[in-house]
Amino acid sequence: MTTSMIINVDGKDIEVNGEKNLLEVIRKAKIDLPTFCYHSELSVYGACRLCMVNVDGRGLQPACSTPPENGMRVVTNNSEIRELRQIIVELLLANEGHECATCGKNGSCQLQLLAKKVGIKKVRFKRTGHKQETDDSTYSLLRNPDKCVLCGDCVRMCSEVQGIGAIDFAFRGAKAAVLPSFGKDLASVECVYCGQCARVCPTGAITPKPEIEEVWKALENKEKIVIAQLAPAVRVALGEEFGLEPGTSTMGQIVSALRLMGFDMVYDTSFAADLTVIEEGNELINRLKEGKNLPLMTSCCPAWVKYAEQYHPDLMDNLSTCKSPQQMFGSLIKEILPEKNKVEKKNIVVVSIMPCTAKKYEARRKEFAKDGIPEVDYILTTQELATMIGEAGIQFKNLEPSSFDMPFGFKTGAGVIFGNSGGVAEAVLRYASEKLTGVRTESYEFKQVRGESGIREAQIEVGGTLLKLAVVSGLKNVKNLIEKVKKGIAKYDIIEIMACPGGCIGGAGQPVYKEGSVRAKRTKGLYDNEKMLQLHKSQENPYIAELYQTVFGGGEKGLHLAHELLHTHYRSHKRIEKESFDIHANKKKTELDITVCFGTSCFLRGAQTVMKNILEHLDKQNIQDRVSVKASFCFEKCNRGPVVNIGGEIIEKCTPEKAISEIDRKLQISVAQS
Amino acid sequence: MNTAQRNFEKVCEILEKNENNPARLIPILQEVQEEYRYLPEEIMTFLATSLDIPPAKVYGVATFFSHFALKPKGKYIIKICDGTACHVKKSTSILDAVRHKLGLTEDKNTTPDMLFTLELVSCLGACGLAPAVVINEDVHGLMTPAKTVALIDEILKKEASL
Ligand code: SF4
Ligand code: SF4
Ligand code: FES
Repeated sequence: MTTSMIINVDGKDIEVNGEKNLLEVIRKAKIDLPTFCYHSELSVYGACRLCMVNVDGRGLQPACSTPPENGMRVVTNNSEIRELRQIIVELLLANEGHECATCGKNGSCQLQLLAKKVGIKKVRFKRTGHKQETDDSTYSLLRNPDKCVLCGDCVRMCSEVQGIGAIDFAFRGAKAAVLPSFGKDLASVECVYCGQCARVCPTGAITPKPEIEEVWKALENKEKIVIAQLAPAVRVALGEEFGLEPGTSTMGQIVSALRLMGFDMVYDTSFAADLTVIEEGNELINRLKEGKNLPLMTSCCPAWVKYAEQYHPDLMDNLSTCKSPQQMFGSLIKEILPEKNKVEKKNIVVVSIMPCTAKKYEARRKEFAKDGIPEVDYILTTQELATMIGEAGIQFKNLEPSSFDMPFGFKTGAGVIFGNSGGVAEAVLRYASEKLTGVRTESYEFKQVRGESGIREAQIEVGGTLLKLAVVSGLKNVKNLIEKVKKGIAKYDIIEIMACPGGCIGGAGQPVYKEGSVRAKRTKGLYDNEKMLQLHKSQENPYIAELYQTVFGGGEKGLHLAHELLHTHYRSHKRIEKESFDIHANKKKTELDITVCFGTSCFLRGAQTVMKNILEHLDKQNIQDRVSVKASFCFEKCNRGPVVNIGGEIIEKCTPEKAISEIDRKLQISVAQS
Repeated sequence: MNTAQRNFEKVCEILEKNENNPARLIPILQEVQEEYRYLPEEIMTFLATSLDIPPAKVYGVATFFSHFALKPKGKYIIKICDGTACHVKKSTSILDAVRHKLGLTEDKNTTPDMLFTLELVSCLGACGLAPAVVINEDVHGLMTPAKTVALIDEILKKEASL
């Protein structure tokens, strides 16, 4: 028996159909109730109290955290409620640091919008708080604690959706703040720079870190050849900044705008994505043949790569060795162009336009520079490009479209759908299936891997073998899936991983959005975009074929060059910057120093037992004075743990016996020497 | 057995006793603080690792309760009461005198030699003896700046002779 539940909202009866809270019911009644800390993707916090409504018989209640009950009578608008809203917004504005005109969130700030919406005319409260330093330690994000209103959106995003918890509430009362662990800066902790916290931050307390000034400077420098590469996801989102519907492709206008701004060449990252497909497809086929290092895990997403390096050292061999399209593009351009265009390498500036904050970090990784020259020089987010277009006074919507420069502006649909979660897997399938069967097919779509859910699985038959694949986005989903893989509950041949929910179209560099439906529209935009192209399989891109013949053609040397330019190797990294700490210290300098790694991996592999045995041995042999012992966090050799350093000798997979015999040996040597 | 070793084993013991249960973070921190007199950053990172929770969470909890100390404290902890009764009886002048004597400030409340830590507390429950000063476990009532400084001198003399 299901009786329907009816709630009366401002005099209208509304039927409740699975809505979890009053807020959803009120929105169903088409009332735009102001909220601040409520986010449909996150758990309900109910701290800002902005969504207060009057419930008959109960008085004022927060709509976001009140469950619907049959027969409730709700009033959402009266003078008491309006007054309350104004007070709340004024209180939020009384924080130090709200200077809209100079803020990175100007125009997309929730607080600014709210102030307008509830009709704030002046802030009656005195400004509180003290000036706190901006954290600019990372390449990706700026943290401006003065603008933080403690809504906790970023904290919940980082732990609930991304499964990391790099930032959390600390202290309380007037000193309460959202901080990385031990008040360190963001670059010293486990943050992977996905920027999703910045996306949900309703004010300018966390924002993508801009590189606009640097790019203008390069564009004005006559000596430099400035080259743009445009990531797929940008073309279906940038228009939002100019009032267009999410998903509208403005590719042609973007190319025109970049030329007007002074870029010498405008290329498409999708070309490099086609290249990635071939390299990664071959990698998959080889691994399948050898039955080694499966599942293959994609490595296009730098936030996921950093996550893997920190949390899954034992999966390093599973990561694809392919560089991401951004880096493939950069390394290729800087290799080919100097000769082709007779320019010095140092005068080539590669600017990528990305939906992503983590790409800013990726480009600065030491793996991606050769002789001190980075493959990619600057990274602009979609938001930053919109700002620059505005600064240049370009009337974006009225621009005549134009097309990319050749040859690196030519791509197939496979390279375009890379921006969608599922796109990389599908693109690789289109190549690998034909390569495995040796038969060319007319069809190209693998719709099985498409969809909106954060974890998707598919089994696809190619040439008699069943390929098992998984597509995951959102790092918390990644965490859960990997757990299953490690436990052997789930088995795959290939796993596509993107850190941002929905993939790069949902990246933190994209125009700020709050509704999940925006993501779906952008996703559709990219699939539609590909439909307009003639070619859909990377192997059919004639310029890619040419590249393999000419540049990578010359036998062994060519292959070597391809490998050097297009591949890299990732290794484990520690999560938190941390010096060692003393376990057994001696005042005097000792004959032998021992450091035992207590990083997560080593800890799980029994570092504690090794440490205990070492200490017991020192006691038993009465050699405490000759030895000092420290614990440290992560030697970055996690897959070979427990790792112990005994007098400079690194012992991997260390057992208590190994450690003790090495200690005795080292001490004997030291006796013999003196 | 050496103290550092004992401490380390103690931390492991505390974790074991609490079954590495992240829900028991607060009692764990409490017991660790008893062992170390404060919560060293490395130990908190170690706890986070063993409990499989983010270090930022441990830090958040540790800073939420004023009971937890994140900085090492001195051998002698001087508590000056600033509750209403003591405040009225000019406990601030005692505070100033001690700060001056030991070269401490509001932000720097432990001497570099790790001998003294100065804390301002909000009622020691000894209002009848206002203004009150507590040094480690000993309560001293009806104090003046001069008397407090004299107590510190006494300790300094005793320490020097050690
Ligand atoms: S960038 Fe990502 S990992 Fe870093 S704090 Fe923000 S949400 Fe967490
Ligand atoms: S999913 Fe895409 S946008 Fe998000 S961090 Fe990874 S590469 Fe960047
Ligand atoms: S945990 Fe990384 S080397 Fe030990």
